[in-house]
Amino acid sequence: MRLLTRVRDWLDERIHWADLIAPLKKKTVPAHGLSYWYFLGGITLFLFGIQVCTGILLLLYYRPGANEAFESVQYVMTRVQFGWLVRSIHSWAANLMILTAFAHMFSVIFFRAYRKPRELTWLSGMVLLFLALGFGFSGYLLPWNTLAFFATKVGTEITGQVPGIGHHLMVFLRGGEEVTGATLTRFFGFHVAVLPGLTTLFILIHLALVQYFGMSVPPGVEEHWKASPGEARQMKFFPNFFLRELMAWYIALGVLGALAAILPWELGTKADPFAPAPAGIRPEWYFMFMFQTLKKTPAKIAFLDGEVVGILLFGVAGLVWTLLPFFDQAGKGRGRKLFMGAAIFALVYIVAMTVYGCMAK
Amino acid sequence: MDAWRNSGISSARLLLLALLLCGGRACAQNTCLDCHGALDPPLQVTEQQFTGDIHAQKGLTCASCHGGDPTKPDMEAMSKAAKFRGKIERKEVPALCGRCHSDAAFMRQYNPSLHTDQLSQYKTSAHGKLFAEGDTKVAVCVDCHGVHGLRPASDPRSKVHPLNIWQTCAHCHADAAYMTGYSIPTDQFAKYSASVHHDALVVRGDLSAPTCSTCHGNHGAAPPGVDTVQHVCSTCHVFQDQMFEKSTHKVAFQSAGLPGCVVCHSNHGITHPTDEKLGAGPQSVCLQCHTAGDTCDQQRATMLNGLKQLDDAVKAADNVLGVAESSGMEVSQARLDQDQARDALTKARVTIHSFKTELVEQDIREGLKVAVRNLQAGQAALAERDYRRKGLGLALVFILVTVLGLFLYIRQIEREVPKS
Repeated sequence: MRLLTRVRDWLDERIHWADLIAPLKKKTVPAHGLSYWYFLGGITLFLFGIQVCTGILLLLYYRPGANEAFESVQYVMTRVQFGWLVRSIHSWAANLMILTAFAHMFSVIFFRAYRKPRELTWLSGMVLLFLALGFGFSGYLLPWNTLAFFATKVGTEITGQVPGIGHHLMVFLRGGEEVTGATLTRFFGFHVAVLPGLTTLFILIHLALVQYFGMSVPPGVEEHWKASPGEARQMKFFPNFFLRELMAWYIALGVLGALAAILPWELGTKADPFAPAPAGIRPEWYFMFMFQTLKKTPAKIAFLDGEVVGILLFGVAGLVWTLLPFFDQAGKGRGRKLFMGAAIFALVYIVAMTVYGCMAK
Repeated sequence: MDAWRNSGISSARLLLLALLLCGGRACAQNTCLDCHGALDPPLQVTEQQFTGDIHAQKGLTCASCHGGDPTKPDMEAMSKAAKFRGKIERKEVPALCGRCHSDAAFMRQYNPSLHTDQLSQYKTSAHGKLFAEGDTKVAVCVDCHGVHGLRPASDPRSKVHPLNIWQTCAHCHADAAYMTGYSIPTDQFAKYSASVHHDALVVRGDLSAPTCSTCHGNHGAAPPGVDTVQHVCSTCHVFQDQMFEKSTHKVAFQSAGLPGCVVCHSNHGITHPTDEKLGAGPQSVCLQCHTAGDTCDQQRATMLNGLKQLDDAVKAADNVLGVAESSGMEVSQARLDQDQARDALTKARVTIHSFKTELVEQDIREGLKVAVRNLQAGQAALAERDYRRKGLGLALVFILVTVLGLFLYIRQIEREVPKS
């Protein structure tokens, strides 16, 4: 303890450490029955940190290239000490991170935490969600196995259907007309350089905004506190909230470890670009609702191509969703109910189509 | 049989019908189709049949076989002056087809790689020999290839496409009434339909699998002789033939006048061979000739035990690797190596045809070595899985204790300094 005190004094003497952490000491978090929903953002951040660490370890062995990628991952899984654990944790953490990011997003929606003045926090969060999906899409191909190869082929083909820029976008993503080794190195570049850089930037922006505006209080609680100011309660961020968050991280770590040890992430078989596409090609579960919708869309809607219509609708829905704070009116009444109804419908639709897509043969 | 085969419709009747339908008006360039397209079978030749026919596609016309002049209207097209031949009699068919198909120089213009020995082969066939004796019931070219609408053998719609040949042959050979007088069985097709070859060809769609013509020949179709049946089988089953060639059975079968492979495997109704054939049970083929307990029977039992041992070892390794794989363990290399063990088992089963115990045991030893190694790899993967689960258990206990400690600590500090 004396050493810690000396280090703190040393830092304080030079960079005024005490002044720097003073806001943190003063920071409080609203304490109410729904406070545990605040942990979701922190868990997502924790899982991102896990992925950065495991990703760096995987980078020591991974070799991007159509002739080497699969073998290098196989080597990690079978020969490298605890390589199987690192890779499985990396993959499971990626999936759990997207799950917690979605849960965080819906909690923000249902507690209307995006409302003024937190519109920018919502926007930066949506950018982070899209970046997480980008991580998932680019990372899925990296082991260069059959399922990932054909899923990427289908995924980039769908991108190619976007009117106007679709083909150019597809060629940009693939690094050519087909999914080849060039696509793999490109996706690798996105996955380990472009996306981490952007994500770190947006995480900093998101955290700064959360710090600046503080945690949002759910409207029902807020009204209650306004009516009875004596019942409004806050807890100190440090150590009270921080230790609770730490508990949540530990539990997340336990779940992650259990999944990695009991259900190690499969490697599958090496991709063969000349082989016919096997049955049951499907994207990762978080793209499933879109994939399944497009699969069930009629070939023609009026005189338009069904798939193009589907993609356009998802594009418009994604844009509306991103700009949600600007559409939601603070007032009560029918508009609010309609708004919440649409959010519930979106949640039910995403869950139902994901389950349907995963169960469908 | 097909109506046209024994049709008694005369050329004169055909001419009369053509005249009535054309009615003296100027017909199109191929005036034959103008009338025959509208006639009822067997005189009917539709535009679709004609244009689908390989001969028409190569530029030949009705007149190439039937004579006449299709550019002329009405009866002039079928006049003697135009060398109209009318219906081709069955006895004339092989020679008529052979007129072009045996002419290498002529055929080279259309398909240089096409054989031109069909007619000479036909003359050596069972069909051709009977035909030469005046039997017109036997198959001639058109029975197998069709007429008017004839397609190349590579066309799946052709009667002689590999997938269709067995049905084409069955048309006559499975017809007991039609085959009366030929003293050959008519159950070949029933047997073939249940055979491993039929399964490969028709069910699995393997066009290289044998059909009638693979063993009997096509234009020179004849039953393989007792002495040569082994050579027929060996065109595909090369290694089995090599083994059998060196075996004591080769000489024994020859001296007893037994038809090689057929003795144990039968001919048309060849089923998937199992190790039971080498057993002493009802499916045993060895004990059809050998006596139980004799030296050969003891060797049989040794070979069978070896096969069973390897088969069990492969299955045991498969089982353990399957469990390891479903537990999420990476055992793809051992899975791949299992193919080597399976190959060794297949090789040992092939080596059985040598009837030499030491050769079979050599293959079995090779296979066992690989299967045992893979079994050990599977067991090591399962041990690793258990180790991981123990590690997980320890980690979870540590996490649980930490979470509990944090929970108690939070309670303690909040009891000391309550929330604002």
